[in-house]
Amino acid sequence: MRHILDPLDLSVAETDEIIALGESVMSDGGKYSRALSGKILATLFYEPSTRTRLSFESAMLSMGGGVIGFSSEESSSVVKGENIADTIRTVSHYADICAIRHPKEGSALVAAQNASIPIINAGDGGHQHPTQTLTDFLAIHSIKGRFDNLTIGLCGDLTFGRTVHSLVRSIARYPNNRFIFVAPNELRIPGYIRQILIKNGVPFSETSTLEAVIGEMDILYMTRVQKERFFNEEEYLRLKDIYILDKRKLSGANSDLVIMHPLPRVNEIAREVDDDPRARYFYQAQCGKFMRMALMMKLLEVM
Amino acid sequence: MQVDSIKDGLVIDHVAAGKSMDIYHYLKLDDMDCVVAIIKNVRSQKLGRKDVLKIEDPVDIDLDVLGYIDPNITVNIVRNGVIVDKKKLSLPNEITNVVKCKNPRCVTSSENYLPQLFTLADAETRTYRCRYCEQKA
Repeated sequence: MRHILDPLDLSVAETDEIIALGESVMSDGGKYSRALSGKILATLFYEPSTRTRLSFESAMLSMGGGVIGFSSEESSSVVKGENIADTIRTVSHYADICAIRHPKEGSALVAAQNASIPIINAGDGGHQHPTQTLTDFLAIHSIKGRFDNLTIGLCGDLTFGRTVHSLVRSIARYPNNRFIFVAPNELRIPGYIRQILIKNGVPFSETSTLEAVIGEMDILYMTRVQKERFFNEEEYLRLKDIYILDKRKLSGANSDLVIMHPLPRVNEIAREVDDDPRARYFYQAQCGKFMRMALMMKLLEVM
Repeated sequence: MQVDSIKDGLVIDHVAAGKSMDIYHYLKLDDMDCVVAIIKNVRSQKLGRKDVLKIEDPVDIDLDVLGYIDPNITVNIVRNGVIVDKKKLSLPNEITNVVKCKNPRCVTSSENYLPQLFTLADAETRTYRCRYCEQKA
């Protein structure tokens, strides 16, 4: 039995396999319409989510399986004080696979330690979000056809943006990639990520000005400054609109730039960018369902 | 000042001056019945001043934690009043309930049945990270 708590739980070869299966699902979804018939997915969402929860549920339903779960703490026994360990022990008897989102960092590991079914970390606070990373991977591969020789810019909240940490660590395992981190000093990429890159000889640079570096990028990954990660409202208000990608900033970018965003977006990408052929964030969200179909098939060992 | 030698037990030497009570707590000696002598601010050629702990007939002491606290500490094993072994301290791969995760977003802050578990992330820099949230110790 496998759990997916961190994108690095998957080797490069396993990641490539899931992406290949995801691309197959993308091109011929009908082929897998009964692949998980009779299987039940439990979605335990202690935090609100649109894309992640719905794409998990849609993925399972598209393969002939069923879904149970809750979408907020208020609609579960958590309000009565039940802990993660007890919840997961119970749910293990009702489902075949479980996706958990919880605001506390490390919560998915606690779930895995107490589960008898595969656990998928659907986001544990600001820590890891492996299925977003795999979604990003599927989007990148289906557009660029490769995971190597890329210059990847990441912009916005690089401190609390869990999708950023997961993506950087995973794509750094492929050769000849380079990162450009664009963030204000308060939201810099954490030291431990920088250490990993230095240790593995992966080149990166840091700046606080997007316009100066946008022309060097193959991929621009924008992120939202997340209100829920701040203890201090003032600090959030000061930083929330620090980067807004608009047509003017895009004028210096490559014609084949891929603009990505894990969504939801607030103000960090102007609506006028949505019509630009380089804007691929809604396509990226679409990839989420295909990738989750592929991942669940792998974890339930039907493929 | 004269402190008696011990017959059987441990002498924890070269403890940084003033840190002996930390060691006392880390080793959970307050939960044990054995005789413990804490000698503070002893003159030392190597350290200038040092602390020394003498523990008679200890049972179940987890010495690994000392490697985490200070690798310069030396542990002498005494049998029949003679030092029979000097234990070399190394960095433990894992430490449990020694330090508390300081990340308020860590799951250990709300699920209080969880142990405070840290694993060695980088021996060179002696960096330990929380097993749950990866916060530095």
